[in-house]
Amino acid sequence: MKYYSYFPGCSTEATASPLGLSVLPVAKELDMDLIELEDWNCCGSSPYGSVDKLEATCIAARNLALAEKRGFDLVTPCSNCFVTLHSANTHLKEYPALREQVNEALAAASLDYNGGVRVRHLAEVLYSDITPEVIGAKVTKPLKGLKVAPYYGCQLVRPDGFDDPESPHSLDELVANLGADVVSWPLKAHCCGSSLVMSEPELALELINKLLRNAQENGAQCLVTPCPLCQINLDAYQSQVNGRFKTHYHLPVLFLTQLMGVALGIAPDALGLQRNIVSPMRVLAPYL
Amino acid sequence: MDDTMVKAPAAEVSFIDEVCSIPGGDAIRSCIQCGMCTGSCPTASRWDYPPRQAIAMVRAGLREELLSSNSMWFCASCYICTVRCPRDIKPTDIMHALEILAIRDGLSTKRSRTPVMYKCFVDSAKSNGRVYELGMMLKFFLRTNPFAALKMAPVGLGLFLHKRLPLRPNRIKGRGELKAILDKAKALGGAK
Repeated sequence: MKYYSYFPGCSTEATASPLGLSVLPVAKELDMDLIELEDWNCCGSSPYGSVDKLEATCIAARNLALAEKRGFDLVTPCSNCFVTLHSANTHLKEYPALREQVNEALAAASLDYNGGVRVRHLAEVLYSDITPEVIGAKVTKPLKGLKVAPYYGCQLVRPDGFDDPESPHSLDELVANLGADVVSWPLKAHCCGSSLVMSEPELALELINKLLRNAQENGAQCLVTPCPLCQINLDAYQSQVNGRFKTHYHLPVLFLTQLMGVALGIAPDALGLQRNIVSPMRVLAPYL
Repeated sequence: MDDTMVKAPAAEVSFIDEVCSIPGGDAIRSCIQCGMCTGSCPTASRWDYPPRQAIAMVRAGLREELLSSNSMWFCASCYICTVRCPRDIKPTDIMHALEILAIRDGLSTKRSRTPVMYKCFVDSAKSNGRVYELGMMLKFFLRTNPFAALKMAPVGLGLFLHKRLPLRPNRIKGRGELKAILDKAKALGGAK
């Protein structure tokens, strides 16, 4: 059994609930004990870092301080939480003056942080600690014949990711070891527009359209991503793209842990498959 | 301050110093204006001043002009410029620093709805300890363009019907602690 502190991230309780649901049974199947960080708070995300740097570092640091008491690596399934916590952590380690100020603020809640936590993305843990081969050996429903386009998005691999920042391969390997056919597509690590889908929908819908078109043209039957923002943009906004660009996409977008769960033989309900907006049931039917 | 550079008027020095004070911010001084950032940026076509130009403006001290533009608000934090910059500048982080300065000085543009969205997000994170997505979305649309909300309503309804948009916020127990930390941070202020 491998032990980790687990930071789910706000979206896993709401817009990315299929991710929140599917992580736990998959982790269990892979002998990972994800111990939820008690009373964790929002990481601050990109918006906080665009409004006030010290406050943003402090809101992230409360989580780091709580995790430091526990002593395990802090693992999150959300790419934006990963970048935010990882960057705050790096800055706190490298800039003593910042750490001093943050600790002065944390002291108001009787907390302190000494830089002892390692922040990691769940996809990286699955790839590096568990490994695609070991996961592959546990597959009971090989996804033979299913054409899957792995979508990395941005913040899993940039700026300080564990994989090549522009031509990543880790998800390809993970998906291949589930028995699926990996679709090779040029835009696999391009931007989906992230939260700008709310404030600048015209722009984001254009980016989403490019991604869906590229995945479809390369033969994908579905996409798989670890990132909540990417999944929501490509799944929940797919009908908006179809309306605006007169397209007819019907491409299910699964979370990595959902697809993995199917291959590991976990029941669809436990993986939140019915919560995907574009239903994946037809393409997954042979494997359920 | 690097004395080897041509001496610039005081106001210009202060803008670049503000930006340089963020972690890793100093690298902006070595920009060669190659344009890799702008060429790579997926949203550059929408910026009043695209990334390369925005960086030149920081160095030229064009503070108000840049901070009241829509430029940095179109940064989607994809970090493609950051990993490609041949001078190890981190344009993404610089854009975030510019956003902070614009908000602090009340210079945000009306031609981007992103500053309002970010503020709604931060308010929600601060008061609940976790982001209450439905509340944040409603507040944002009410404060910007309620008609846009109508257009996006099917997306929200779809999420709701698929149990992905709870009606109630999920609050943390340590809201008091979090507030104490953030109040103290505010009092300390001035840090970058």
